[in-house]
Amino acid sequence: MSVNLLIPTALRGFTNGQSQLELTGATVKELLSDLAQKHPDIAPHLFDETGAVRSFVNIFVESKNIKNLNGLDTSVNPGQTVTLVPSIAGGRS
Amino acid sequence: MKSSDKPAPKEKSLPSLTPSEITRYSRHILLREVGVIGQKKLKAASVLVIGAGGLGSPLALYLAAAGVGKIGLVDFDLVEASNLQRQILHGTKDIDRPKVASARDRLLDLNPDIEVVTHNVKLSSQNAAKIFKKYDIVADGTDNFPTRYLINDVCVLEKKTNVYASIFQFEGQVTIFGAPDGPCYRCLYPAPPPPGLIPSCGEGGVMGVLPGVIGSLQALEVIKLIVGGGSPLIGRLLLFDALRVSFNELTVEKDPNCPICGQSPTIDAPIDYEEFCGLGPKNEDPAEPISAGELKDRIDKGDKLQVIDIREPHERVLCPFPGAKVVPFGQLARRMDEFSPNEDLIFICKIGQRSLHAIRALKRAGYPGRMLNLTDGLVAWAELDGGPAAIY
Ligand SMILES: [Zn+2]
Repeated sequence: MSVNLLIPTALRGFTNGQSQLELTGATVKELLSDLAQKHPDIAPHLFDETGAVRSFVNIFVESKNIKNLNGLDTSVNPGQTVTLVPSIAGGRS
Repeated sequence: MKSSDKPAPKEKSLPSLTPSEITRYSRHILLREVGVIGQKKLKAASVLVIGAGGLGSPLALYLAAAGVGKIGLVDFDLVEASNLQRQILHGTKDIDRPKVASARDRLLDLNPDIEVVTHNVKLSSQNAAKIFKKYDIVADGTDNFPTRYLINDVCVLEKKTNVYASIFQFEGQVTIFGAPDGPCYRCLYPAPPPPGLIPSCGEGGVMGVLPGVIGSLQALEVIKLIVGGGSPLIGRLLLFDALRVSFNELTVEKDPNCPICGQSPTIDAPIDYEEFCGLGPKNEDPAEPISAGELKDRIDKGDKLQVIDIREPHERVLCPFPGAKVVPFGQLARRMDEFSPNEDLIFICKIGQRSLHAIRALKRAGYPGRMLNLTDGLVAWAELDGGPAAIY
């Protein structure tokens, strides 16, 4: 059984428009490397040159930010939902 | 509230309600959770609405209808026809008027008992604190990263609670920043995305009802903060996906290392937000420009060049560019082997902004050939005789 990754609109251009992906991995890091393997264009938008998560993207396992858990080493269980949340700024124009 | 009830400590300083106000707000007053006291608190409150556009429209309309005593509006744009698909503060007759003037008329028509203050300026590091000081609560409904960081920082420094909302295409985010003990925008997003990754509403489109949903939630949170009670969205980020019709609630914690609200803050005054967001002059890597006229001449002459269209498929349907090679923005670096470095590449998009970022991205990826940016994009191209008839 796999983990459900929710892709926000702003990053769907890098996943062939898919909003949800079923991926495998025991940690967030493994899950995201599975993502990067299947959709290589998304990787530079999620990680910087050192492999750290970019500071405008938050990753939540269920409702918890991995910043407040174990970062990329946070474990994920099959059936759980991981959500990518980039900052968006629209609203006035 | 009966006269025999013990008055709440704050009630003395609250304004009284006129008989016509009691009639107007009777559906609020009937709610136990609002009542006469809550309605008086609304009358005594002042809220600064930043942006009189998509989010600011339902937000300001509901605050005015609810009887918020003083509403400030910050915006410096004029009403355009393409705003009316979602900015319900403004009408067709308001096209070309300042948004704050149009908004003020609409709000006072809805509720003549309130005060509406207009700030027809671009919010800046110089003027923000002076404006914010005059209000109890700030509601951020702006549309760009530099202004969002500016609003956050000034709210933290001035100790103002910021009811935050943002939207993108079919998605919205709502939360409250800067509440006592609550997180701030920088706790959640320490830095903005690089320019070009996330297109603006003008380039990327937005479902017109979306700001209606999100701006209404923003109004609800403002009203709850004023009246008190309920569970405000402090430390909770609400996500809305209009396509799936799903709400998702995530936890946002205060970051002890936050540079402005953490334990050892390093920011004690507003900074240069354009530069912080990678938009300042220092960060500009100018791409070689080509005007629509020059491009047309070169195509007509049969010059050796390749036009690269980086727009999304639905945009190309609205305004095609015959003969262009189509490579979506996200695939550029990976597909640069498909370009031939010995002929000029001309990058095109709707307004010439995303194409500029495309050129920068390819330069960073090491593409060796000459790259030119079509100045003002397809909008300029459409203005040429013989260009496509309509722009979207
Ligand atoms: Zn903070």
